[in-house]
Amino acid sequence: METRSWVRDGLRAIAGGVFAVGLAITNLPLLAMSIVALALTPVPFLGLALLPWATNLVRMRANLERRLAARAGIAIARPYEPPPARALPGGWKRFRWIATDPATWRDLAWLLPGAIVAFVLGLLAVAIPLYGLEGISLLPLWLYLSVDWYGYGVFWPIANFSEAMLSMPQGVLFLALGLGAAPWLLEVNAQFAKLFLAPTKAAGLRLRVAQLTVTRADTVDAQAAELRRIERDLHDGAQARLVSLGMTIGLAEEMIERDPAAARKLLAEAREASGTALLELRNLVRGIHPPVLAERGLDGAVRALAMSLPLRVTVEMDLPGRPQTPVESAAYFATAEALANVVRHSRARTVQIYVQHVDDLLLLTVSDDGVGGADPAHGTGLRGIARRLAAFDGTMSVSSPPGGPTVVSMELPCALSSLKTSPSSATG
Amino acid sequence: MRVVLAEDLALLRDGLTRLLEAFEFEVVEAVDNGPALLPALIKHRPDVAVVDVRLPPTFTDEGLQAAIAARTEIPGLPVLVLSQHVEPLYARELLSDRNGGVGYLLKDRISNVAQFVDAVRRVADGGTAMDPEVVSQLLARREPLAVLTAREREVLGEMAEGRSNAAIAAKLFVTEKAVSKHINNIFTKLGMPPSDDDNRRVLAVLTYLNG
Repeated sequence: METRSWVRDGLRAIAGGVFAVGLAITNLPLLAMSIVALALTPVPFLGLALLPWATNLVRMRANLERRLAARAGIAIARPYEPPPARALPGGWKRFRWIATDPATWRDLAWLLPGAIVAFVLGLLAVAIPLYGLEGISLLPLWLYLSVDWYGYGVFWPIANFSEAMLSMPQGVLFLALGLGAAPWLLEVNAQFAKLFLAPTKAAGLRLRVAQLTVTRADTVDAQAAELRRIERDLHDGAQARLVSLGMTIGLAEEMIERDPAAARKLLAEAREASGTALLELRNLVRGIHPPVLAERGLDGAVRALAMSLPLRVTVEMDLPGRPQTPVESAAYFATAEALANVVRHSRARTVQIYVQHVDDLLLLTVSDDGVGGADPAHGTGLRGIARRLAAFDGTMSVSSPPGGPTVVSMELPCALSSLKTSPSSATG
Repeated sequence: MRVVLAEDLALLRDGLTRLLEAFEFEVVEAVDNGPALLPALIKHRPDVAVVDVRLPPTFTDEGLQAAIAARTEIPGLPVLVLSQHVEPLYARELLSDRNGGVGYLLKDRISNVAQFVDAVRRVADGGTAMDPEVVSQLLARREPLAVLTAREREVLGEMAEGRSNAAIAAKLFVTEKAVSKHINNIFTKLGMPPSDDDNRRVLAVLTYLNG
């Protein structure tokens, strides 16, 4: 199994090498085009349109390189400034947007060195295993038999028959070396590209601000919607019931002298109404902040949740302390939502919940043995989880092939307090 | 009967005291925080303790913790736990010493005074009073219960709440004989050892449902 995945990674990287060599060549016309576009900028009208157009192509190429780097395990964020509002193609605004973005010039600076490095490394990734195949196929033997001066590996030239035969074990070594080195070569290439294509410190901060703006807006929206829902629930539910309760008791008070039997009936009704109001309030509270979460933290709350599900649920917790209350709440509701999804869609029989805290990251995994096919792009539930976690810089990933199993993994950066309990609201 | 009461909200504490005293209970001490509860229970050794789950200073579950701690000090000390919400998880913890004399009810149930007082008495006598909401949550998640008939499930639910055969018969408008027949069927179908003692039987059912 281990060897197989090693060979598979190697083969994939070799194919990546072929791809890298081909792509490296496209850098040259892109560079030439950009230089021409730059040279033509003084030309009226045409000049303003050409550079953005050429830069657009360069960015497509650079973004492709970023995607390939991500596959090699090196994440490179896109550094570009967002386009200005109402910028017409060929207009000054658009030209200025392109020309003042440092990423434009860093992309251009990368084109030539990037092409050379990618070409050499890609070629190596392909050539070493090919050379190995040549040795294994005993090509050196045939050449030894027909040509005078030829060699393989350590024998130059091949002097006799046994040296020619030794090309085979050498070839195996070369092939193994090639398979092992190819992923590494692609990684080096990606690292090199990162020097040019990653955001500068300023651009990184700008991107962070943009991301925080989006998640903050989402959080504020969600918060406001939540408050509206609570207001509506209270208004139509408990509040209305208390009004009717007051009326019923008032009526009973009026009748208690004249018709004690009817008054007694009204009071029984009133008691029932108070029970319903309490039930509604309880459900509302559960949705805001489940009492068991306040009392027992994430551990107890997830266990209590697990007990309420009509499935076999195993809970494994490895938490030495408690996260901060807002993080804890987000983690709880994200887990609850993931479990609700399991109950609604997966037709699973068993669910596993695994929670641990590693390197200031709270990791939550919910896996089931259901039918799979969950897609975060379509499910509002999964999207809701992602939004909830994003407010705390958390992330969610879903693996759900058709036929299952589905694994929802969530990460939340947070520190744990060693306190076992923390004060919360003072309701009894 | 002597009662120790633990409830932090003055309104509810006074109301409960008044209610219990109206039914001939003697409230020997009413505490309003967690740390005072355990010493009070050990000092008075009451016939029954009525305890709110959430108490100062941390407003988490110190009432429940104190009740469980008291029952390890004084095995079988009857405790009725009250809360604004019920969790099968807490019910499991209360029942885990298998000693009986345990109650776990929503505060809502106090409004039905007769039933509430009946529950307090039952717990004081070593019986069980489990909130219908806990029981319905427990029943909902047990698949083997599909082998029971609708009537048997109903009887099982009543039994899990802690009612005696006579009380079940009265509530379901059937004879006691019919109830005991249902109970025998339930115990056979679920593979539990039969028992004549009401309290023991209730505990067996709750242990089964909690398992």
